[in-house]
Amino acid sequence: MTLEQLESIAKRQILAVQEYYLFCLQSVTNLFRAPHYVADILTQADLIGVGSLPIVVLTGFFTGGVLALQSAASLAQFGAQAYTGRFVSLSMIRELAPVLTGLMVSGRNASGMASELGSMVVTEQIDAMRALGTDPMKKLVTPRMLSTVLMLFLLTIVADTVGTAGGAFVAVFISGQNGTQYFTSAYQALVWADIAQGLTKPLFFGFIIATVGCYFGMKTTGGTQGVGRATTEAVVVSSVLIIFSDFLLSRAMLWLLPPV
Amino acid sequence: MKVSAPVVVFEDVSIRFNGPPVLENVSFQVGQAETRILLGPAGVGKSVLLKLANGLLRPDSGRIFLFGEEITHMREEELLRLRIRTGMVFQESALFDSLTVRDNVGYQLMERNLPEDEVSRRVREALQFVELGHTYDLLPASLSGGMRRRVAIARAIIDQPEFLLYDSPTGGLDPVTSHTINELVVKERDVYATPALLVTHRLQDAFTMTTHRYDKEQEKMVPLPDGQIEPNTSFLVLHEGKLIFDGSTEALLTSEDPFIREFIA
Repeated sequence: MTLEQLESIAKRQILAVQEYYLFCLQSVTNLFRAPHYVADILTQADLIGVGSLPIVVLTGFFTGGVLALQSAASLAQFGAQAYTGRFVSLSMIRELAPVLTGLMVSGRNASGMASELGSMVVTEQIDAMRALGTDPMKKLVTPRMLSTVLMLFLLTIVADTVGTAGGAFVAVFISGQNGTQYFTSAYQALVWADIAQGLTKPLFFGFIIATVGCYFGMKTTGGTQGVGRATTEAVVVSSVLIIFSDFLLSRAMLWLLPPV
Repeated sequence: MKVSAPVVVFEDVSIRFNGPPVLENVSFQVGQAETRILLGPAGVGKSVLLKLANGLLRPDSGRIFLFGEEITHMREEELLRLRIRTGMVFQESALFDSLTVRDNVGYQLMERNLPEDEVSRRVREALQFVELGHTYDLLPASLSGGMRRRVAIARAIIDQPEFLLYDSPTGGLDPVTSHTINELVVKERDVYATPALLVTHRLQDAFTMTTHRYDKEQEKMVPLPDGQIEPNTSFLVLHEGKLIFDGSTEALLTSEDPFIREFIA
């Protein structure tokens, strides 16, 4: 690979980052500019939130269950099986519920947004919308961004609850622990900082999912093959960004709200 | 005597996309009640020129005026205000596939939050104009190519635009359906006198429009008497990114330009 080719690739990447930054900025500033598409926000909230509920419930329940299964066996070696609830609730609420919910919603919705908007681009529906005097950023992107942020926040609470319940199911019915002990341990372990950390992350993850999905959709070129490529890229990039930002957010939250 | 300002003016407009120029120093204008037919072989930049006219694309150089306002560097939000006053028919119709025909045609009115009754009434009127009243509740996927094109025309004209842009409205259609679309374009021209810029590579369609008029009494397109030519319909010809002809039908037919002679032969 020649130096010129490397330079060209680097320039393209930097341009993409700049475009994505401006895209995000516009999607946020549109929140404060009329018109506001309330019906579209509610439709997207239904599609993203209610539509993702089954996969989030299943993922949360079985993740909580497997955490209890693995931790109970290890903790039993130290005679600390009573801490299973604490282990499950802390892991779920701080890390696993926001990240897994983010990844699940990313797989389902970032791909959906990229393919839907990408198809609209290649069939000139976006141009038609602009020609009819509608701003596609306001009509299509901002409602999806707002709905995903709000719904991922709520879905994470559902995953927290179902995950803890899944852990309880395994702890009580498989490991033979006392249910009251499990829930007391789970509840007592939690402090404000854990909740804050667990519920701050989905706000960022939701923003990443929607903006990455919409960005790749709106930048689609190359017909139906381009739509497929945009869909794949949207899922890959949003998933990687979720994991990466989770690390940064965890670091920042531990610094802002240190464990007592 | 008051001279009406042109609807669209192009001044030395050039644009390129990662390669040689698609359009180079293109200048022309569209006057009030005037229909300009843009001819040229496939891939010469006709659709690009059309998208430049309402600001869907930005030129690299030159200036474009729409309704007397320069749109070359106009912000998208301001452009939306001007685009509402125009109507555009896309090459592949570009109907919103998740909306019914009713919602497609009434889209612009719904965006303005007009009462549902008024939207429905005006959608029915527009569909009546294109003779597709029975498709009101259907989805675009269940329509034929020609029907989609007519729905796209209904969507473009529902708000009585001050300027119409047609991107190959008969492209890919059979002769009978093409005739129906041509009739609609001529009807819009003769009944409402809406200025228009029409792109086509089909000479037959272009000459049909210059040699016919819409007869309101017979409710159909009829030939002009004694070989007359419609005076407000004229031609532009694009070749290799350059505008090589801008003039009347007679001038086109008598042009000495070798490309034009070959093109219209």
